[in-house]
This record gives sequence, C-alpha cells and structure tokens, in this order.
Amino acid sequence: MAKKTSKKVAAKAGGSKSAAAGGARGGTSAKVKERDAATMKKLTGLADRIAKSALSGVEPKVAIPSRTRSNTIWNKKRGILEMGDAAQERQLFNLNQAKQFMQTMLHTSTIKDLIDAGKTSSLRGVFYKAKHTVAGTKENTFDTQDESDPILEDLEVSLGALREELHIFAENRGAMVGNITLTDKGDDIDCRRMGSGGYAIPSIVEPDVIQFKKCEAKFVLHVEKGTVWNRFNEDRFWEENNCILTHGAGQPPRGVRRLLQRFNQELKLPIICLLDCDPWGHYIYSVIKQGSISLAYESTRLAIPEAKFLGIRAKDYVDCQLPDAVKIDLSDNDVKRAREIMAYPWFEGHKGWKREIDRMLSNGFKMEVESLITKDISYVTETYVPERLAARDWLD
Amino acid sequence: MSSAATMERSKSTTRGGKQKVTAETLAAKQRDISVSEFFAKNRHLLGFDNPRKALLTTVKEAVDNSLDACEEAGVLPDITVVIEDLYVDPASEKTGKGKKAAATEAGAAGGKPGKRPPSSRYRVTIVDNGPGIVRKQVENIFGRLLYGSKFHRLKMSRGQQGIGISAAGMYGLITTGRPMVIHTRPAANKPAHHIELAMNTKTNRAEVTVDDETEDFPPARMRSLAPRDVAVLDSADYPTGTSVSIELEGRYQRGRGSVDEFLELTAIANPHAKITFIPPLKSLGDVEDDGQLGLDAAKGAKGASGDAAAGETAAAAPTGPMITTEVAGITIFPRAVNELPPETQEIQPHPKGIELGILLQMLKDQPAGVSLFKVLQESFSRVSPASASAICRAIGVTTRTRADEIDHALAEKLFRELQEAKLPPPPTDCLAPIGVRQMLAGMLKGVRAEFYAASSRTAAVYRGRPFQIEAALAFGGDLPGDEPGRVIRFANRVPLLFQQSACSSFKAVTETSWKNYNLSHPRGALPVGPLVIMIHMASVWVPFTSESKEAIADYDEIRKEMKLALMECGRKLGTYLRKRQKMRREAERRDIFERYIGEIAQAINAINGTDAKKLYEALLEQARERTAVADQVLDDEGKVVKDEPSDDDGVIIVEQAARRIPGLDDGPPVGELSAAEAAALKVHALANAEDDESAAKGSKRSSKKTGKKGAKKSGGAGAAGGSSGKPGKAGPSAAAAKSPPQPEPKKPKPRMRVTGGGLVPVDEKSLFE
Repeated sequence: MAKKTSKKVAAKAGGSKSAAAGGARGGTSAKVKERDAATMKKLTGLADRIAKSALSGVEPKVAIPSRTRSNTIWNKKRGILEMGDAAQERQLFNLNQAKQFMQTMLHTSTIKDLIDAGKTSSLRGVFYKAKHTVAGTKENTFDTQDESDPILEDLEVSLGALREELHIFAENRGAMVGNITLTDKGDDIDCRRMGSGGYAIPSIVEPDVIQFKKCEAKFVLHVEKGTVWNRFNEDRFWEENNCILTHGAGQPPRGVRRLLQRFNQELKLPIICLLDCDPWGHYIYSVIKQGSISLAYESTRLAIPEAKFLGIRAKDYVDCQLPDAVKIDLSDNDVKRAREIMAYPWFEGHKGWKREIDRMLSNGFKMEVESLITKDISYVTETYVPERLAARDWLD
Repeated sequence: MSSAATMERSKSTTRGGKQKVTAETLAAKQRDISVSEFFAKNRHLLGFDNPRKALLTTVKEAVDNSLDACEEAGVLPDITVVIEDLYVDPASEKTGKGKKAAATEAGAAGGKPGKRPPSSRYRVTIVDNGPGIVRKQVENIFGRLLYGSKFHRLKMSRGQQGIGISAAGMYGLITTGRPMVIHTRPAANKPAHHIELAMNTKTNRAEVTVDDETEDFPPARMRSLAPRDVAVLDSADYPTGTSVSIELEGRYQRGRGSVDEFLELTAIANPHAKITFIPPLKSLGDVEDDGQLGLDAAKGAKGASGDAAAGETAAAAPTGPMITTEVAGITIFPRAVNELPPETQEIQPHPKGIELGILLQMLKDQPAGVSLFKVLQESFSRVSPASASAICRAIGVTTRTRADEIDHALAEKLFRELQEAKLPPPPTDCLAPIGVRQMLAGMLKGVRAEFYAASSRTAAVYRGRPFQIEAALAFGGDLPGDEPGRVIRFANRVPLLFQQSACSSFKAVTETSWKNYNLSHPRGALPVGPLVIMIHMASVWVPFTSESKEAIADYDEIRKEMKLALMECGRKLGTYLRKRQKMRREAERRDIFERYIGEIAQAINAINGTDAKKLYEALLEQARERTAVADQVLDDEGKVVKDEPSDDDGVIIVEQAARRIPGLDDGPPVGELSAAEAAALKVHALANAEDDESAAKGSKRSSKKTGKKGAKKSGGAGAAGGSSGKPGKAGPSAAAAKSPPQPEPKKPKPRMRVTGGGLVPVDEKSLFE
C-alpha cells in the first residue's frame, strides 16, 4: 500500500523533467547544488573517519546523538523540545551493534548514490536499494523496512542533515483543504477545489518545494483523522468559517507538522486542534505543540508552541449532554500513559492541562471526536466547533 | 521358606487321599531339599526369568568367572564370547542331519525369521586364558551349586556365592537336556581336559558323561565360526585357560539389557581385559557378502588399532587410546591398559560397622585366655595398640582383661566406645578400584564423546565394610543430545543392567544438581544431554537389593559418596562447558564481524574511494585481535585442544573438528567432515612415553550405524592416518596422540563460515570484483 504511492511519487520526482522544471520555474537549482555539496561533504567526512580509524588499527565508531527521552531537553522559554548532547557510539566490534554499523555504512553509500544521481527516493526505496544478501551467506543486509528507517533517522542526526537533504522522503499522509492557493514544485494548487479527497500533503514541504500564494483563511483547524476531516469537508466548514482544514491520519507525519508550522510562522494563522479525548489525542497535541522525543532535533522546524487544543474535552460529556454509549473505558495502559503525559515537564506546570487530564481520569472513560455524532450528524461542524471558537474555549 | 513349601505339598496330597494327617505321616514326607532343586524351581531368583535374560545371565556368569580367574592368576584377561544360533527351521529339519551339521544349517535357515518362536536354542561358549582348572575340581565348580572360593571371605571379587556358572549349566540342562562341555588346560605343556557333565539336581552333584584329553584348545571349531581374515582364538594367546559351552533355550536380541550391552559395559569397567564377541551370524550367505567388507575394515583396523584388532599380540603393550572396533559382525573390545587391578587383600571387619550381636559372638568365639586388648587388634582392622588400650581404659578394663570376662553390659559399653573411637577408615588394599586413568581409558574405548572426566573417592565405610565409589562422565560427541543421560552402573566391575531406578546410584544421579554444571536437569529425573554417567562401587561386600544382583541397596553412606564423586566429575564438566561456550561465543562473534566487514569495506570504497581490499584486511585484523579467545581452538593444527579446567586430572577432551565450532578457519573441506574417523585424539592423561605409534581408529558406533558405508570410511581414514602424510589432515592424528604437533608449513586454506548450518567457503576475491 505504502509502496505504491511512494513509487509513483518517486517516478514523478525523478527524471530530467523535474530537474529542468526546477531550473526553469523555481530558480532554485543553484541553491540545491550548494546544499547537495554540503551534504556530500558530511557523507565523505563520515566515510573518511571510518577508513582512517580502520587503517590505523583503531576501532571504527559512529557517534549517533541519542534520540531518547533522557536526551530530550524541554526548552521552556521557546516552548519546544530540544535534543541534548548525549550521543551513543555505534561500534563495529560490538555484537549487538555490528549489523547496525554495517547498515549505517550501506545507507551512507546509498544516499551518496542518490545525491550523485540527483534523484530522491522513498524510505522504502532506500530500503530496497541497500537490501541484498551479505556475500557468502544467506543473510540479508536488511530484512524489513523497520530495520532500515531508524538507520536513516540515525544518519540524519549524526550527519546533522535533514531528510530532504539526504534525498529521502516518506509516503504522503494527511490531507488539506481550505481557502488557500499554493505552488507545489511549480504547479499551482487551489485548495478550495479539491473535491472530497483534498490535497495530499507531501512529506517534504520546504519553501523550495511549496510556496504559499494566496491565503484568505484566518486559522487552521487540524483534526485527528480522515473520517472526521471528511465530515468537515462535506459540510464545507472551511468555507463557512474561512479556514484551512487539515488532518494527519493519527500522529501527524513530519510533512503535515512542517506545513502547519509554516502556516503558523509565515502566514500567522492560529492552529486549532480537534483531537480525541484520550492520552493518544493529548500526545498528538503535545507533539504538534512542542515536538516529539524522537525528532527533537527537528523541533525548531516542526513545533508550534502556539497550537491550541479545542477538544474533545473531558467536560464535554456533561456540557454537551452526551449519552452513556459514547464512553470508552480507560484501560490500565491508558491510565498509565495519562499519568506519564501529565509528568512531562512541558505539561507539568500547566494548570489547565492538569485539570483536563485529572478530569478524564476521574471520569474513567475516554471519548472520540465521532462521539458528537450521537447528538446530530453535523453537530460537531455546525454547533460544537463554532461555539467553542466563538467562546475561545480551548487549552493551550 | 523351604519347610513351608514342603508343608504345602504334603497337605495337598493328604487332602487328595482323604487320610488322617498325623505328625508321623507328615514326618514321612519331610525331607531335605537340595539347593539345586530349589533353584531349578526358582530360577528367576538367579536371573533366568525369560529367554533373553537367561542368555545374558549365562554369558555374564561365565565372563565374571573368567575375569576373576584371570586376575587371581595374574594374567591379563583375554576372553572370547561366542553365541551360536542352533535354531532349526522345522522345514529343514526333515532333511535330518547330524547335530553339528544342523548347527551350521541353522544359520542358513535362520535367515528367514518368519515364524521364528520367541525363544530358541543357542550355544554359548566362553573361552578365557585363565589358569585353567585342575581335573578333580571340574565337577565341583561346574556341577554344584553353592560351591566356590569366594563366599567365606571378606574380599572384593565379582562372584560371591558360587551359584553362577553351575546355575547356568543347570538351566541349559533343564531347557535342552544337553550337558555342559568344558575344555580346560591347567598347564601349557600338557593336553587339555575335555569333559562333558550334567548336573543331578537331586544330589547337587555332577554326572560326567565324557572325560578325555585333547590337544584341541582353544577348540578349533570356534575359530571356524568367525569369518575368514578375522583371527580369533589364536592358541598362542591361550596357553592355559578354560572354555565352557552351554546349550540353552534363549533369545538373542540387541539393545538395552542385551549381551552386547553387557559386554560393552564390562569392557568399560575392565579396560585391562580384551574381549572378543562373536554374535550369532545371520546366515552363511550374509557372511560371504560381508566378507569383502570385513576385509576392508580389517585392513583399516590394522592401520588403526594395530595388533589389537588382529589379535596377534594380545600381551603386547597397547599403545595410545584403544577404541572398540567391529569387524564383519565381530566386536572386539581391545585392551586399553596394561596393568592388572591391584591384588586385593582379605580384611578383618572394621569396628565402626560392627553390630552388637556380632560383637558378642566374636567375643564368645575367642579361645580362652586371650585378652580383649589383643582381640581388638587382631580381629578388627585399623585398631592400633594405642587405640586398643584407649578403648579398654574407656570401658574400665585393663589391657590384660580376658575377652571371656566381658559380660553383656560391658560389651554394650565396648560397642558404644567402638562407634565413637577415632579410628582410621578401613584399609583400602582390600578394594581394587578401577582407577581414574583406567576408567578414562575404558570410557574412551566404548563411548564416543568429546569430553571425559573421572574421579575416584577415597574409601568409606558402610556397616563396617569398606567401599569405594568411582564416577566418570562422558559428554558430547556422538552421544544423543536431547535424551536423558545414560547411567551405567557397576559393582565390583560387573555391569548392572536391570532395576536402574531401584539402585542407589540412580538416586545419587538424580539428586545431584546438574544445573550447577550447565546441564539441563528436570526435577527428580536424569539430567538431559549428550551424557553418559558411570558409577562404580567397589566393596568387599556389595549390598544388593536382591539375589539377582541388579541394584545396589540405598545406604546413606553409599549414596553420599556417589553424589560426591558425581559432583567432582560434574565440576570438571561444568568448567569445560563454560570454557567451550566461551570459545563458541567468541567464534560466533568473530564470524559476525567478519561477515559484515566485506560490506563495510565496499560501502566506504563507494563513498570515498578508499582501497576496499586494504580496508577489509585492516578490519579483519582487528576482528581477529578482538576475538583471540576463539583462536585457542582455531589455531591448533590438530583441531585437538586440551583445555585447562582448573583441576585437569582425570579429564580427557577430544575435539571433534569443525562441526562444533563455527567460523573455523582451517576446517577440513566441506565434503569430508566424517570427523569421527579422522578426529585425532589427545589423551594427555594416558600419555605413554614408550610408544609413538599413531593411533587412528574406526568407531564401533559409527560403523554400526552407517553399516557398509561406515566400515569403508573407517578403513579409509585408518589408511590415511597410517601412511599418506597430508599435512594438517592426517598429520594431527599421528602427532596429537603424543608429542606436540610438528611445525608444518602453513598452507593457505579456504576460509570457512557457517551458513544455515553448513560450512561454506568464503570467496574473498569475489568480494572485490
């Protein structure tokens, strides 16, 4: 499923057409060249270090900044998560790391090939390119894409290069519709005329790929998943309320988060989130707002400290007089997760959030956005959101 | 018991006749029962419960007697066991030939086992090179029950009661009506006696039917039973000796509790004996077919186990490790050590084990006027004058108090005093333990493993009888890995084949915590793994649970000693296993590193153009350094590594080449992994400086398993070991047994790595093309 999309995109992105188009329309070719040269320097630098230590009898290592909770620093002033200085050494002569070390080297070489050829590849494409049988054995260099993706993230951090600088992209996820026109690789996209499916948000939405042209929208409503987004789109909510409507298919991918951040930074649009009332929804909000632990190094590009949490709120069960049927019991795991979230430093000092989570816990149940349908099929678009917006009743 | 039986009988007759029973009528029927009559009726007590066991018991009794006789005469035993199948197919019987002819015919007919009854007639012959028997004793030894030299003494020997061989003869007589045939030559320069005798069970006396003299010893007929080219029963090996033939109803079947197993175990516990076993051969036709193979194998064996297999110089020094061989169906258990077990002494009872009643009886039996002081010293072992006088003082008598002055109360006091006195343990010269070195030789001969350990406890006492426990372990190699270990039990060098779970040794094995030694051990059961556990109890009187001598009674002292001996072996095994595990881990580690180095070198080459080959070698060098432990195995040319467990006494390690250690550098090429044959042995515990002859060997087990193929293989390997000196392959087998391997020119060998369970050569060049 993922494969198909990425292949198509790869085909579209690759080839001489895009290079020519880039030169003609965007005028970014020189910039790209410069950027590629810088990335290349990092790649060869890594290889040189390994070769040098190998030839001089020193154990080859790659330092990989650790993407763990313990190495994540909460920058209170900026309201975002940042990555600390801790790094792990990936050693060849360590039984648990030998294979990963080899995989890291293979991907370095794969990326170099991509840059040399001036092409980009999907995560899955890179996985396939580096996947082969180790000479003389029946062992594969990579068995699943799950092994390959983290290695690429490792490379991003250790090289200090972004994914697009490595010529890699993820599959498209998330969609958008609304009162805005933008340019994507030179093509004008009118997000008002996107039918029922919306504009698929690409994984790379940097200014050299997407430029904003004409925006009348006054805010962005980000909803958790496609089903809810369909409801809003069908009811033409964005038209009535003059906004942009996005979803991230659950935990929003980097492309969606980056685009939201650009809306916020460049167009000064408030970002309003409509997520489920459960620990998962709270965490999505936290990721949008402060950044995630595993991508802490990209927080400056991804985090939106101003993002607001509109709902669903724990109090809505009473406020909206929802029937019993909408309750979903909190599992032990949910309770544990909720307490963890409450203990994150970026939630800890926030009284509103403490009350919110406490209330959810004392309720003992969670609610999905869809639960509002029990009132009326368009209750969420016609009543719930407009009322809350008017009352500025949100958490931030 | 016997009188009860008589009563029973008289009652039933009287009831039938409806006569009035009086004490007189009863008395008329009461009479002596001969021991032979009793045992003829109760033959299961002596181990003749079923046809298969009857055959085994017959062999066992005869072999035990032979070994005892040889050892007492100071002769290294050389024993040949022959079982002939006398089954006559009813169809071919009609052709009516003489008995002898029928015997040969029987073989041919026996080829079709279609409707063969569960038991049939066999002739068992055991020939030994012992001192022989003087003419006038022959009837007594073979024709009477409870006649023997071993009952009235406190001395370690195999037989104890003097029932065995005569009972076997009696069983034969009862089931077939055929007498025992005995050839015995007590003096080398005189003709042998040829005697045929049948026991009269009523009188417990022998009736001799044939009595003449002959020069035919060992009987030539026996030699003819073996296939051509396999020399057995050379008369030079049997200057004196005895041959006993018994015809009996029995059943020959291999497996647990079989004659084969008995002889195999006997060979393990008696490494100083050479035993040749000629089992019933299926048919003459088969023998012909096998003949060709037999020739092959025999040749191989000549290169391999040398003269032992050919049976020419049985008295010559056995060199290097001896391995059981099988040639054309004949199993030869060669002699593995050259010394007889030490002569054992008769002893007096030890004070610690005596019971009050016996003490009283002893005091009573003393001649008048003998002092207690003297009795203590002379009728007990290990009581010195000092301790005797201390004991006398303690019970308040003087050293001059006479033994008959001791009354019951004093005797009780004396008894307690004896129990508490500090006395040395009973003398051990009454015991002939097998010995650590001998046990290792025995195990090495019969069990194909990679690790052997043995330990011998010092003597201990139960009920005043000294005993000594020895244990040995064999681990790994060709032993089956996922089954419970096998326990082989011995008492005074005699294998115990039945009633394992009733035996003290079995309990000792299950109670030892094998988990401490890296073995898996289900609760209350035997440890699981490629394991053979040997336990031997040597004692002047082994406490068996029953007359058929199948299990050792469960005395706490005995079980404790057994556990201690097992723990000692277990510790050695644990050390070895941990070390082996470490080596294996290191080898695997290296293999993993090496696997990825090629990829890494190429990737870096693709990025910055560093010379991939140079990089590969530099990284390989590092990988080697970091996994140097693995080299302990890999660098040794002989693939034979003597590990150094903390206490390496009583340990032999046989490294069976590549199969077990992945990532082996200089392993043999893939196709030729029949390492069992080619495996070199290093037997540092057996290092015997006199002889440098190489000793490769065929394996009894593997040839059994693989049949024709196996025989050929062992032949080939033997030849290679003997002559063609391919460096690094055949070389080690010669070198490893003795001196350190000769420095040989290092030959580049294909590097190997393990892939999917097999070794695959690493094509280094293709990496860079």
